[in-house]
Amino acid sequence: MTLQAYLTLAAMLFCIGLFGVMTRRNTIGILLGIELMLNAVNINLVAFARFRGDVAGMVFTVFTICITVAEVALGLALVILIYRIRRTAVADHLDLLRG
Amino acid sequence: MAATGDYALWAWLAPGLSFLLLSLVVPLRRSGRPAAWLSIVFSAGALVGAILAWRATVPDMARRILWEWIPVEDGVLTSVGVLADADSTLMLILVALVSFLVQLYSLGYLADEPPASLGRYYAYQSLFAFSMMGLVLAPNFVQLFICWELVGLCSYLLIGYWYQRPEAARAAVKAFWVTKAGDVGFLIGIVMLWSRTGTFDFSDLFAMAQGGSDALTGIALVMFFIYLGAAGKSAQFPFHIWLPDAMEGPTPVSALIHAATMVTAGVYLLFRTSFLFEQAPEVLHAVGWIGAFTALFAATLACVQADIKRVLAYSTVSQLGYMMAAIGAGFASAGFLHLLTHGVFKALLFLAAGAVIHAVASNDIFAMGGLARRMPQTFVVFLIGTLSLAGIPFFAGFFSKEEILGATWAGGLTLPFAMLVLAAFLTAFYMFRVVFIAFFGSPAAVATGAPAHGAHGRDAGHAHDAPPIMTVVLWVLALLAVTIGIGFARSHPESEFVVPGFITPLAIGVAVGGIALATVVYPLRWISPDWLARRLAALNEAAHERFWLDDLFALAYRSGILGLSRIVGWFDRYIVDGILNVLSAWTLTAGDRLRRVQSGQVQDYIYGIALGVLLVMVLLRWPR
Repeated sequence: MTLQAYLTLAAMLFCIGLFGVMTRRNTIGILLGIELMLNAVNINLVAFARFRGDVAGMVFTVFTICITVAEVALGLALVILIYRIRRTAVADHLDLLRG
Repeated sequence: MAATGDYALWAWLAPGLSFLLLSLVVPLRRSGRPAAWLSIVFSAGALVGAILAWRATVPDMARRILWEWIPVEDGVLTSVGVLADADSTLMLILVALVSFLVQLYSLGYLADEPPASLGRYYAYQSLFAFSMMGLVLAPNFVQLFICWELVGLCSYLLIGYWYQRPEAARAAVKAFWVTKAGDVGFLIGIVMLWSRTGTFDFSDLFAMAQGGSDALTGIALVMFFIYLGAAGKSAQFPFHIWLPDAMEGPTPVSALIHAATMVTAGVYLLFRTSFLFEQAPEVLHAVGWIGAFTALFAATLACVQADIKRVLAYSTVSQLGYMMAAIGAGFASAGFLHLLTHGVFKALLFLAAGAVIHAVASNDIFAMGGLARRMPQTFVVFLIGTLSLAGIPFFAGFFSKEEILGATWAGGLTLPFAMLVLAAFLTAFYMFRVVFIAFFGSPAAVATGAPAHGAHGRDAGHAHDAPPIMTVVLWVLALLAVTIGIGFARSHPESEFVVPGFITPLAIGVAVGGIALATVVYPLRWISPDWLARRLAALNEAAHERFWLDDLFALAYRSGILGLSRIVGWFDRYIVDGILNVLSAWTLTAGDRLRRVQSGQVQDYIYGIALGVLLVMVLLRWPR
């Protein structure tokens, strides 16, 4: 398995995540997309760590996973709060900051 | 000898101090009579200072006291101070004297005014005296111009003293505008002169003129612009239209500003800078012609006026024309002499007319009549003034008028000389017309004109002499009108030109002829005035309509200035404002469009970010 294969997989995963973020109307769907993009980055980090024989990448990946957990917890909490207040979780309706 | 400048300086600053006190100490100003006395005491001090300054002058020597005023990189642009010599101190005495006497007289004339107004009046009077003395003593064009504008301002304020009356307010504005038209030329002239010579100072310019400096050759245009200022101030044709209307002010103001001092500022300016005008003979020529024409023109207008003050106003215009004619002929000192004598006897005439108006409560000479018996003192002083103005021997006006006629003859201005002789004839005629109508005959039954101060029960039948404070002033001036002519004739023997022998008999002849015609027409009625008016119907009507000049100015104003301002207004509204409006409209539209980019939806922003990143990536890898 070459490095390119891992990178291609990561790029595809990133694009799928991005597509999800851009097209999903539901806030939870958007969060899922973000999760996919973060994991694509993780794959990149791990792949480089492995092929360069450098542990720093793996350490970073562990950090990323930890932060992702926190982020998801926070994001879902926000979604629940917004749903309670506005009775909706559709991103299109959350446009109070419109210029 | 050293003190002449100091005396002149103190004389100048005294009324300035009184103006400061009156304008800053409000309760004092509102107190009325104390304010008046303060101003009178200070102007008496100024008179003493002026006389001392004059006595201390040395012939052919000027004393200068200068303070640096506007510093520039290399030296001083202009200074401020006094230039005291025999001429300026003599003029200073005239200003201080008439100013003092008029302030004293006003105390009686304006006795019915409310205290606050009286204080305001005296504050203006002090400011006027201060500015006029500053003008007289000015050592350079800048100070002269500033004081010039200040006296113009005082003239405006005092003409409009009864500002509740629409005619007075309108006359004040008219006087201000017309003189300002000339002043624009004056300012342009001063700046042009400065750009040529690099100095405003009279002494420096005099040295240049003496040395035949190249900078002073071909300055005809410059001098013409400066003359425009003098013509506006001294009411020369066609700027004379403001002076008769200026009679809406209180009579003492007319005597001081519009007869004796301010209107002569133009003549004084030309006299003071005659060494510059001599560099431009063609301008001097024009000055002489316009002056002589003004003298004749205004004299014809004076013949048909029914308002005593307007007769005197046109007479002032006419006499100013005389002075200008003498200056134009190249003999400025003759014009200056007439300025001094005219200042005295015209102030006398105005103040005497004021006494009459005060008694009759009307300006209309046909509403008077028979006043000689009821107001004997006023009659005598008015007669002295009239004889002096008409140029009867041994009265002040005779010497100076003869001098002017001689000067124009010697200067080679033959046709202007003829105009002046004719004007002298008319002068004698219209002044005695006033004397005969107002002081002889029977009193008119009803005073027709509008009451001057709303005083009731005053008419020609019950008229009596003015209170002592006014008559004393009149007698002082009358005494001067008799004596100064002789005084000047004795102390001024050296003549710059040869007066031909026929001038004196001619001057006396036309004066007596004018009086004789007035006698024949008015008291004797051998020739009826109506018959005379019919014979000269065209001239009569033209004079009644003021030769349509006021209408012409109004037309020029309406079609010229208003048309121009309409064009300027259009340009401002549609071009200047238009460009800005278009710019702001574009900005608004662009902002409105750009606002929609901020949709508030996260996904739109992510689109933007993604596209941006894509763009950056493409650009980074773009083959060069």
